[in-house]
Amino acid sequence: MIKFFLMVNKQGQTRLSRYYEHVEIHKRTMLEAEVIKNCLSRSKDQCSFIEYKDFKLVYRQYAALFVVVGINETENEMAVYELIHNFVEVLDKYFSRVSELDIMFNLDRVHIILDEMVLNGCIVETNRNRILAPLFVLDKVAEN
Amino acid sequence: MCLGKSKEAEIKRINKELANIRSKFKGDKALDGYSKKKYVCKLLFIFLLGHDIDFGHMEAVNLLSSNRYTEKQIGYLFISVLVNSNSELIRLINNAIKNDLASRNPTFMGLALHCIANVGSREMAEAFAGEIPKILVAGDTMDSVKQSAALCLLRLYRTSPDLVPMGDWTSRVVHLLNDQHLGVVTAATSLITTLAQKNPEEFKTSVSLAVSRLSRIVTSASTDLQDYTYYFVPAPWLSVKLLRLLQCYPPPEDPAVRGRLTECLETILNKAQEPPKSKKVQHSNAKNAVLFEAISLIIHHDSEPNLLVRACNQLGQFLQHRETNLRYLALESMCTLASSEFSHEAVKTHIETVINALKTERDVSVRQRAVDLLYAMCDRSNAQQIVAEMLNYLETADYSIREEIVLKVAILAEKYAVDYTWYVDTILNLIRIAGDYVSEEVWYRVIQIVINRDDVQGYAAKTVFEALQAPACHENLVKVGGYILGEFGNLIAGDPRSSPLIQFNLLHSKFHLCSVPTRALLLSTYIKFVNLFPEIKTTIQDVLRSDSQLKNADVELQQRAVEYLRLSTIASTDILATVLEEMPPFPERESSILAKLKKKKGPGTVTDLEEIKKERSSDMNGSAEPASVNASAVSTPSPSADLLGLGAAPLTNSAPPPASSGSLLVDVFSDSASAVAPLAPGSDDNFASPDLASSEVVSEEPADTVHDADELFHKFVCKNNGVLFENQLLQIGLKSEFRQNLGRMFIFYGNKTSTQFLNFTPTVICSDDLQSSLNLQTKPVDPTVDGGAQVQQVVNIECVSDFMEAPILNIQFRYGGTFQNLSVKLPITLNKFFQPTEMSSQDFFQRWKQLSNPKQEVQNIFKAKHPMDAEITKAKIIGFGSALLEEVDPNPANFVGAGIIHTKTTQIGCLLRLEPNLQAQMYRLTLRTSKEAVSQRLCELLSEQF
Repeated sequence: MIKFFLMVNKQGQTRLSRYYEHVEIHKRTMLEAEVIKNCLSRSKDQCSFIEYKDFKLVYRQYAALFVVVGINETENEMAVYELIHNFVEVLDKYFSRVSELDIMFNLDRVHIILDEMVLNGCIVETNRNRILAPLFVLDKVAEN
Repeated sequence: MCLGKSKEAEIKRINKELANIRSKFKGDKALDGYSKKKYVCKLLFIFLLGHDIDFGHMEAVNLLSSNRYTEKQIGYLFISVLVNSNSELIRLINNAIKNDLASRNPTFMGLALHCIANVGSREMAEAFAGEIPKILVAGDTMDSVKQSAALCLLRLYRTSPDLVPMGDWTSRVVHLLNDQHLGVVTAATSLITTLAQKNPEEFKTSVSLAVSRLSRIVTSASTDLQDYTYYFVPAPWLSVKLLRLLQCYPPPEDPAVRGRLTECLETILNKAQEPPKSKKVQHSNAKNAVLFEAISLIIHHDSEPNLLVRACNQLGQFLQHRETNLRYLALESMCTLASSEFSHEAVKTHIETVINALKTERDVSVRQRAVDLLYAMCDRSNAQQIVAEMLNYLETADYSIREEIVLKVAILAEKYAVDYTWYVDTILNLIRIAGDYVSEEVWYRVIQIVINRDDVQGYAAKTVFEALQAPACHENLVKVGGYILGEFGNLIAGDPRSSPLIQFNLLHSKFHLCSVPTRALLLSTYIKFVNLFPEIKTTIQDVLRSDSQLKNADVELQQRAVEYLRLSTIASTDILATVLEEMPPFPERESSILAKLKKKKGPGTVTDLEEIKKERSSDMNGSAEPASVNASAVSTPSPSADLLGLGAAPLTNSAPPPASSGSLLVDVFSDSASAVAPLAPGSDDNFASPDLASSEVVSEEPADTVHDADELFHKFVCKNNGVLFENQLLQIGLKSEFRQNLGRMFIFYGNKTSTQFLNFTPTVICSDDLQSSLNLQTKPVDPTVDGGAQVQQVVNIECVSDFMEAPILNIQFRYGGTFQNLSVKLPITLNKFFQPTEMSSQDFFQRWKQLSNPKQEVQNIFKAKHPMDAEITKAKIIGFGSALLEEVDPNPANFVGAGIIHTKTTQIGCLLRLEPNLQAQMYRLTLRTSKEAVSQRLCELLSEQF
């Protein structure tokens, strides 16, 4: 099961966080700080999976932005690693060349995309067109 | 929103913004939908930055009832991110959800379902658990709604399984695996996997459906699945999920299904060898995700040697891959392969690569996996090489993993030692290289082994003596050296280079640099030297007599110095020789190091490995727990007695006699809550004359007395120490310890009167049945018990096989001319031979399933006899001897436990589950073990506790 899904920049600012288990807010900030510290201290030739407390972190870096996913032992690390990429590709498609600013200013949109892909800690949809479908409906409604 | 550069500026900016939004929400002017949306979005962002949001919830709930999709959507988003499952708003939210679910508008339904799936409180489960399955299996439900409904149901099942009853929808859910829409299959597979773990029988049909679905995916051309193909890999995430689902079950029984699955797995392995369809890393990553999951399934089934060896070869290739991720995963996977008998040899062929990884990998987590794998692949044939490499690595290893490596080296060195001199060398090397990381268990253990094997004692003494020559040596070495020379220094004393005086001076040169416990140990070594080497007695006495010892600020050191000095002065050579006799061999027990490693690593690898290799027991001995020099000299049977047990021994007789009969046993039970002895039934009047009281006890039919003690007997099921029986004359206290299939019970008989008991004869009686399964040895006690005095009797216990009844303790004595005869049940019960086993939820339910034969399960539903307090219940389950497994049961109100009953002949794995029903004040207790009688007995014993 996926425990949480984070996007954090190199300065340690959280840009997106989605928890699939309830975590108190002050614990969230601590956890996010520790997680990003862990990721930042690693070099390119280290592996993308970190054992952290009783779960694993799977992370990928895109420019100055880290996407970090916390999982337990029932998930396949490599599959989650590619899930991150799939998510970023969906963002890229929707925002056409996504940047950190896109994510900051369209937080609701990013949430919708993530919620279409991961629900209750499980991968629910991987098909890009279907992930974006509700969002396109929403945009159309908003235009009118 | 633009934020300031510094943290202070950010906080200032945010507070201002929050105030602004608050005033907008509170203002007289009604906000339009767009503004509401804008502000809620801002709140989300502020929350993300780690600031608590304590308002806006009501506004968000209001947005839910909007008919505009955009507003409704932002309302739901706010709630699913910010509202936790115990919010007071749930009822209002539920109302909105109910309306949206009934709206038949798929977009609205989707939002509502997402919200349930993400918040998923019990109240939501109560409101919607009946509705969701219907939506999920209805023919006219849209695919996207089905997807959401599946995960929604999964959430409700996880939070409140009792509210999601299995029903006719279950079979239809399984058929979702056949759904033509892969998104639906993806969502359904997650749901079915969780349901199947808990209800394997009901979801058995999912196996063949999953196999055929998987087969269609892996054999499809990369274009067949259109949008579900990811970089030329057909539906990788779904494939992974299906392979996971199959890991809930043993290999399919139906040969056709089994053949088809084997084909699938072969195809996946073959594809790994084909040239890649794309140069993109995403292609190979996705392909490998499926491959690793397929290998997991192959290992899980552990039945096809051909596939296992192929998997091993594939992983072998990955070990040398340039991608660190693959090397990491390959090492991890191979670790589980090493424990399969089919592939153990194949794994061993990669030893050089793995050793090389240990030396060259730049990532500590990869190196750690390499250590794990070396540990897993170790056997007699390669132990020397692996231990040497691990020792090498230890010199440069990261601090974070040193302790674990030390434990592993210690275990391997012991387990595969043919030549025990090698073992001794290895442990001393460990202390030299990583002394700080050598825990007590490790050095206790080396001492224990040396004491148990006389062929290595001389070598050990010589080696520690040499090691101690180093100008700076680790304190652990001083401990081991002190202990071994104290026991076996005489074996090397013939050599003038290690004469008694040189040995003593060498040890004493380290004395002042050591901590208090080590100094205490050294003092014990010195008194042992007095016995071993009478010629240096005066030198040692001088040291003991010095002010720094006799007036040491530390009580323990001072007491030892005083007592030892006295002992050396007054005791005759014979007495010294008896008191300071060489340690008797330790009973063979499970290695405490192994236990420690298991604890450190959690369940899984280590335990499984051990079980599969079945190499435990015989060469795994007990912990070198500080034991006494000589049992007869010991007054306190505490397991935490000091190393030589001499701390208080020589002074026993000078201890003040118990002041009053009331506090007779209190000191003995000082570590248990039962220090205040409960009064025996019928003794309300403490001043009743002894004669009256005795007339109650003197009974021709001991049955009555036995019955009286029943309640007390049950109290001992979950604890080891306390008062077993008490009347006006006599108090019987117990203190016992158990390890594996062995135990020792100290029975304390306290004479509460001021008159002597004569012909005092306690007898432990086993029925014929019991005699064959329980081996009890008792020593006779002194037939006279003075008034106010207490005598002790030791019972050594060995559990040969599982048993039902309890032995009877019969006590006869004469008191003031009357003959007293009473019997009590001695609380030696099967659960005392429990060893707790920690395991993950997955393991637990897997084993639970394996014990599904009706004869293996015993269940009891009973009324609570005590207040239903969760903490007390937990303590009782732990006291019962099993491990209490937290976060295993999906319902947090339930308790589950696991452990192994050790008997001489066999070990019986036991799982238990206790489900309290607060409303009805009832419990349901279920036990599953491999043996019916054991399930039955444990269930009886435990049912009495609540």
